[in-house]
Amino acid sequence: MHFTYNVEGGNFTRAGYASSEIKKILKQLNVDLAIIKRTVVASYEAEVNIVAHAYSGTIFVDITPETILIKFVDEGPGIPDIAMAMKEGFSTATSKVREMGFGAGMGLPNIRKNVDNMNITSEVGKGTVLELTMYLQ
Amino acid sequence: MKISEIEKLLEGRVVCCEHKMDLSFEIACASDLMSDVLTLSHDNVLLITGLNNVSTIRTAEMSDIHCVILARNKTANAEMLALAKELGIVIIECPYSVFRASGVLFQTGIKPIY
Repeated sequence: MHFTYNVEGGNFTRAGYASSEIKKILKQLNVDLAIIKRTVVASYEAEVNIVAHAYSGTIFVDITPETILIKFVDEGPGIPDIAMAMKEGFSTATSKVREMGFGAGMGLPNIRKNVDNMNITSEVGKGTVLELTMYLQ
Repeated sequence: MKISEIEKLLEGRVVCCEHKMDLSFEIACASDLMSDVLTLSHDNVLLITGLNNVSTIRTAEMSDIHCVILARNKTANAEMLALAKELGIVIIECPYSVFRASGVLFQTGIKPIY
């Protein structure tokens, strides 16, 4: 099963819409509740990152009986130092992002904690690609 | 502890999903930082917060939190109410500070996560 969602940078009103849809789909598929929670928490963190830092983005979801693959592709400033961005507490978030309860530098570390596999690549001035994998078996 | 009891103890008002007054909770967390809330792995947690925007409700959804207490006289806006209604999340508005609301609930047996 494949699903695609568009994410608008800066639009906090819709932040979480895609992750909410993913949650509904996984529930309909009777995926284990603990896996659903880990998946949607990671997905929501990644979706908020696009809203907070990028101009726009697309989320590609691919579900098989074995895995849930979610790929977040954004057009944005990119991440100059991924190792630094993965450190808890490091953040470049704006005050607007902090007003929404985020921007404490916890997003990427929390994503890594919740997923089975995570791969992130980024090009400064172009954007970031984040791939998350959850194993169902 | 049931929502109806929590509402009474906190001198609060349930403003969304009033039909869920019998939901019961044993643990709670208090935070205005949604990133913190998203790190919790526990289920059936009460969230006490002063953050009244739609990201509070989205975070509750992703974290399987079924009741949000808005402290220090914060009110739920229309966007929050619409989303919480759709998702079946109870919102209690309460005049107490986050500290006082947490203290009252702790004193009556609600446990902290850590």
